[in-house]
Amino acid sequence: MARAEITALLNPRLAVRKRIGTVAYVIFIAAILIGLAGLASLLLRVLWQGAPWLSLHFLTDYPSRFAEQAGMKSAIFGTVWIMGLTGLFTVPVGVGAAVYLEEYAPKNWFTRIVEVNISNLAGVPSIVYGLLGLAVFVQILALGRTVVAGALTMSLLVMPIVIIASREAIRAVPSTYREASYGLGATKFQTVKDVVLPHALPGIMTGTILAMSRAIGEAAPMIAISALVFLTFIPTDPLDEFTVMPVQIYNWVRDPRPEFHGLAAAGIIVLLAVLLSMNAVAIYIRNRTQKRSEE
Amino acid sequence: MIPTRHLRLSGLMLFVAAFAAFAGGCGDSAPPTGSNALSGTIQIDGSSTVFPVTQAVAEEFRKEQPGVQVNVAVSGTGGGFKRFTVGETDISNASRPIKGSEAEAAAANGVEFIEMRVGTDGLSVMVNNDNDFVDCLTVEELNEIWKPGSTINNWQDVRAGFPDQRLRLYGPDTDSGTFDYFTEEVNGEVQVSRADYTASGDDNVLVQGIAGDRGALGYFGYAYYQENKDNLKVVAIDDGDGCVLPEPSTIEDGSYKPLSRPLFIYVNRKSLERPEVKAFLTFYMDHGYQLTGEEGYVPVDPSVYAANKAEAGL
Repeated sequence: MARAEITALLNPRLAVRKRIGTVAYVIFIAAILIGLAGLASLLLRVLWQGAPWLSLHFLTDYPSRFAEQAGMKSAIFGTVWIMGLTGLFTVPVGVGAAVYLEEYAPKNWFTRIVEVNISNLAGVPSIVYGLLGLAVFVQILALGRTVVAGALTMSLLVMPIVIIASREAIRAVPSTYREASYGLGATKFQTVKDVVLPHALPGIMTGTILAMSRAIGEAAPMIAISALVFLTFIPTDPLDEFTVMPVQIYNWVRDPRPEFHGLAAAGIIVLLAVLLSMNAVAIYIRNRTQKRSEE
Repeated sequence: MIPTRHLRLSGLMLFVAAFAAFAGGCGDSAPPTGSNALSGTIQIDGSSTVFPVTQAVAEEFRKEQPGVQVNVAVSGTGGGFKRFTVGETDISNASRPIKGSEAEAAAANGVEFIEMRVGTDGLSVMVNNDNDFVDCLTVEELNEIWKPGSTINNWQDVRAGFPDQRLRLYGPDTDSGTFDYFTEEVNGEVQVSRADYTASGDDNVLVQGIAGDRGALGYFGYAYYQENKDNLKVVAIDDGDGCVLPEPSTIEDGSYKPLSRPLFIYVNRKSLERPEVKAFLTFYMDHGYQLTGEEGYVPVDPSVYAANKAEAGL
């Protein structure tokens, strides 16, 4: 028998199965292409519309009623303030909560309720957090419409993301590591501090990056806290008033004059650039710690 | 473990240091402008319609008094009054007069205020560019279309002689002062309107909706009509004295009615004691005529700005 005949005998319907394989391959390629096409068309449109308005003065000037003179300095600084403080508030509390739930909490009905609620919180619409922040931080705690009130609100918004991601990362640390640590006489806290957290750090960083990426683009809760769109000073301490980039962009989008829509697109480009560079720094730190902890 | 910890610590310190340098190192040094340089912060919130005018004034004022921080927010007329009547803001932008309930809230909180008229807006009723049968609508027809419970969904039910064309409605959402004013003038009561229309707080969404829909009818501020003259067709309004188009002259002399609406700023009397607020309002009234016009609205007679100044003791 010829070789081809033997192959056909050993693999019935080989041609059909191969064809199905090809079709599946094409479907998967199409899936990724659809996603990329959506992203690309969005980016191209924004770049096309916004690029002519990008310039150095756009970054260093305050808002103006003249499109050629308008910049987003106050919004950029406001966003940096909000992001910085949100990170400082969210990471210790979020990681702490994750450590408690994974390492300390007894597995009973109470912790299960807490877990379910944290997952649910991640899906609450952001404007709800804005109204909560307005009532609790701005009014009851009398912080006013300040940077710190905005950052606390944003922290509530992204806290569930940090907690969920940190728990996943902590759970992924093999239990043999913990047992080895106990075997050497380490206490529970020492084990958490020196074994679990260092190995979970890359996962925790990933969760934090995702959380901050969500926070930087949020307009709705920030409009509830501060609908300021003409601000010609930059915040110099946490009790100053502020505005953020998405709020500024939102205001330009709703302006009747088409040149301000170009400004809005330029603002989106700057927002994306800030977001990407923040992520790049975080990924760089993560990769370095990852290498260290694997040594 | 030690290298990791070290790295984490130094990473955190680097972040904090960079953040502090970035946030703190860029403080503006306001150049002193002689002996009468003022400082302080003026809080303004309210209507997105009046915002462009107040922003223009704030921007020009800053050139004269760079030490005064004028913060202008846009929470809408109602949202602005909520803050104004508890004394949170010094000035409130408003595209309608203050309501009785808002004035009561102010009184209950010990907030006394002055109303200053700064201009006039002509709410414009718009249809699609391809609509060749509507040039003018009467206030009664608008009321038949927009009153609560109205079931008119075809142009032929608006007026005998209009063709069989589906009617779709576009308008501002219920937070808007534009909505308040239109419903009061057309339906006789504030906030009373049929609800089955496309509502948006962003007037550009309404512009796009009407521009892409042959059977559309919608309304928004005059500035949005001016910027989109080529894409939309404006409808004249007949209030019993013939059809009148919204134009600067008809809005100013009041013949474009009933949709010419007054634009105001409200000032907290207590804030008026502060020199920076006095200076800002003096500047506002001295340049209001010019800047209101530049921002696409119709200024009021110069004597009104002078009267505002006199009432505030400026």
